[in-house]
Amino acid sequence: MTNHPHLDIAAVRKVYGEVTALDDVSLAVEQGAYVVLLGPSGSGKTTLLSAIGGFIIPTSGRISIAGRDVTTLAPAQRPTTTLFQDYALFPHMSVAGNVGFGLKIRRVGGADCDKRIAAALEMVGLAGYGKRGIHELSGGQRQRVALARALVVEPEILLLDEPLGALDLNLRRQMQDELMDLQRRTGRSFVHVTHDQEEAMALASLIVVMNKGRIEDMGTPKRIYERPATRFTATFMGESTQIAGRISGSQNGIFNVTTAIGHLHAVGDAGDGSEVTLILRPENILVGAAGHVALGTARIREAVFQGAHYRVLASSEAAGQEFVLRLPPDARVEQGMALSLSCQANRLVAVAR
Amino acid sequence: MRWTRRLGNLVSGFYLTACYIFILLPVAVLILFSFQDGRLPVPPFHGPTLNWYATAIANDRLMTGLGNSLLVGLSSSALSVILGFLAAYGVSRYEFAGKRLLQGVIILPLAVSYLLVGMGLLVSLSSLGLGPSLAMVVIGHVVINMPLAFAICLAQLGEHQRKIEWAARDLGASTFRVLTLVTMPMIAPALIAAFCLCFTLSWDEFIIAFLVTRFDVTLPIVIWTMLRGGLNPQTNAVGSFIFLCSILLLLVVELLLFRKRRE
Amino acid sequence: MSASELSQNEKLATRRATLAGLAFSLPAVAWIGLFFAAPLVIMSVYSLMPLGSEGSLSLDNYRHFFGEPAYVQAIWNSVVTTAIVVVVSLLLAYPFAYILAYKVPKRWQRLALACAILPFWTSYVVRSYAWLLVLAPTGIVNWVLMGLHVTDRPITLAYNPGATDLGFVHFFIMLNALTIYANLVQINPRYVLAAQDLGASAWRSFIAVTLPLSIPGMTVGAFLTVVLCIGDFITPQILGGNKELLLPQVIMMQIQRQLDLPMASTMSLVLTLIVAVVYLVLQRKMRMSRL
Repeated sequence: MTNHPHLDIAAVRKVYGEVTALDDVSLAVEQGAYVVLLGPSGSGKTTLLSAIGGFIIPTSGRISIAGRDVTTLAPAQRPTTTLFQDYALFPHMSVAGNVGFGLKIRRVGGADCDKRIAAALEMVGLAGYGKRGIHELSGGQRQRVALARALVVEPEILLLDEPLGALDLNLRRQMQDELMDLQRRTGRSFVHVTHDQEEAMALASLIVVMNKGRIEDMGTPKRIYERPATRFTATFMGESTQIAGRISGSQNGIFNVTTAIGHLHAVGDAGDGSEVTLILRPENILVGAAGHVALGTARIREAVFQGAHYRVLASSEAAGQEFVLRLPPDARVEQGMALSLSCQANRLVAVAR
Repeated sequence: MRWTRRLGNLVSGFYLTACYIFILLPVAVLILFSFQDGRLPVPPFHGPTLNWYATAIANDRLMTGLGNSLLVGLSSSALSVILGFLAAYGVSRYEFAGKRLLQGVIILPLAVSYLLVGMGLLVSLSSLGLGPSLAMVVIGHVVINMPLAFAICLAQLGEHQRKIEWAARDLGASTFRVLTLVTMPMIAPALIAAFCLCFTLSWDEFIIAFLVTRFDVTLPIVIWTMLRGGLNPQTNAVGSFIFLCSILLLLVVELLLFRKRRE
Repeated sequence: MSASELSQNEKLATRRATLAGLAFSLPAVAWIGLFFAAPLVIMSVYSLMPLGSEGSLSLDNYRHFFGEPAYVQAIWNSVVTTAIVVVVSLLLAYPFAYILAYKVPKRWQRLALACAILPFWTSYVVRSYAWLLVLAPTGIVNWVLMGLHVTDRPITLAYNPGATDLGFVHFFIMLNALTIYANLVQINPRYVLAAQDLGASAWRSFIAVTLPLSIPGMTVGAFLTVVLCIGDFITPQILGGNKELLLPQVIMMQIQRQLDLPMASTMSLVLTLIVAVVYLVLQRKMRMSRL
């Protein structure tokens, strides 16, 4: 990383009367990253995006982009451009007019302007669409025009506000691929807001999980999924079995945790408290004694075929513990069948209760 | 129960027709007898002839009045739309203390009689020792029409337009450029519609013009004096002409708004 | 930091917004202030002055106004005429608007509405003149009546208060039909469907659902009718025949014959006061936002 991060958010707070929308948020991002702000509605992710873009002025804290303090600058003066949720294309201009608007403001004229517009349109796969009117385009095409418009002015950071929410599943997957490709090709930093964790994992080089105005966890998709730092993050990133327990000791980075189903070994960064929840992803629960950590016996309550596997809910009545796990598609699944469960210690993650 | 519905439809049809006849009767009579070949615009109908239109065009006072009405109409409408648009933009895009009060003041003239507006201007003229003039008519018409232009523009400057303006700012545009390159072109149909509406209301307006002018008068005042002479097909001709012009303007507005709605 | 304190940054942003907002709105407000509000103030002062500008401010004009039977009669005539016109126009306009909104096929509605308000686009003066044409002894109504041998001699239809009322009602049916129609088409049709689904007859669902929800449209129409009708000088002057003078006619007489601007100011202010009272009574019912 260079001597200062490309996007530096330092202790930013935003307060609206009684409501704290952003509570002491700090984030440093290097250039060329694809950052995804992930969280439920009300988590502050859109507020943070707006603060970066200049549509909201923080109550306190500092935001710097490429070494420049932009905290109080208007959107027009910041080296960012935004892809709005409903695209906000200029209805009275053609596609080329829209894409070239930022260039016109920057007084790029004539042939140079036309060249850049054509290049931008080609980059988003809309070569030759320059003369069309906005109302002639489909939703997906409009989004590409909005992308071209935002990228043609070569911003330091492109901000995307839930850009894929309005698209159907297939189009969404396609656009995800294209966004990733665009980001890699232009080499610009993207900051993308979404509530969809699959989308986040597909796109991000850095995921920032937010909840109630704070950052819960921040890291690569793999790390956040496998080793969540908080319970909220664990739950938000996907299904898991959650086991309540108490830490009774630790050895070489491995905790001994006392739970209702026995003494278990787990990893993690649970903080100071000794009350923890152990997180176990469904794909990491093994049937039989294959894993080092024994989880006891549970009976199948429900099994739903999901194509590549069965999603199985099993409960251990003695301990009152619910498990969610996976079985291969050709396994024998019967209501009430008993399963002996285990897992590896490094898959069992302790987080603060 | 089909017969009740059919009866209901029959009654509705009758009522509708009766209403239309009542509403359109005077206008129909006016236009029909403007083509009367005869001295009085009353039945029986002879003709048709364009004599009375020719007479009207040759009538100097009428033509001067027409010219004055056009002048007043165009200038007061332009002012109304400009002031109304700017105020609507300010009110819809910025938060500041006293905004509601400001809005209330701007639309206040809509709630009072034109008579009061005209009286106020007349009394002000008198107290300042100034004489009557067409300029005062322009001023008075802006007072009564600007609130309408304001309301029309405000209705068009909603959330959707605001987001698009944000996009323009995000791309680097200053407020001036946002206004000229984005906002005004976007709501151009509404601006034109507001202009046409203000023009129509100005050019029909009588009482304010009557109170604050003496020699340079507008068309409705000329017609008023013509009425002293009783029923006259020339008056029919002028009236029909005014009507026709207003309808044409209306069609222009309709086409503009209709085209926008289709997008 | 307390919740109500704004940070330095936010204060700066707020100040920028206030300046910009004021800059945009001030021209319009200044115009209204200078050419509407200030004249009103001058008028109020005038109304307290006697004719001839000598003498102190007093309520003499008002006393004189309310003391003169002819003037009080004019106020009464205006109020009664306006009341009649409001009621009759609403009663006639409501079914008209209803049929337009619900019985006319959607495709034709805009055209139908445009035709219904066609006479709006003739000049004020011309419209009353046109009624004169229709109602004159030699006009079309009498012509038809005599032609059908309903009567031998022309009936005097014009130059009386009835003709004035007719002229007013003609105009205000259009206005009220417009406002009521605008209200009706905004009402979510599911409300009526819900009422009928619960067992209400067509009539009952109209009374219980549509009618109450169309009150804002009626109220706005009624208010506009009051404002425009009570201040109208032309229609009674052309059609009324100088029989029962209405307040605007008395005011014009003060200006043209007596050249008594103070008195005219007094009368105009009284007229405005009546309108203001009506507004206060009606204002709560005018909101359409609850639809």
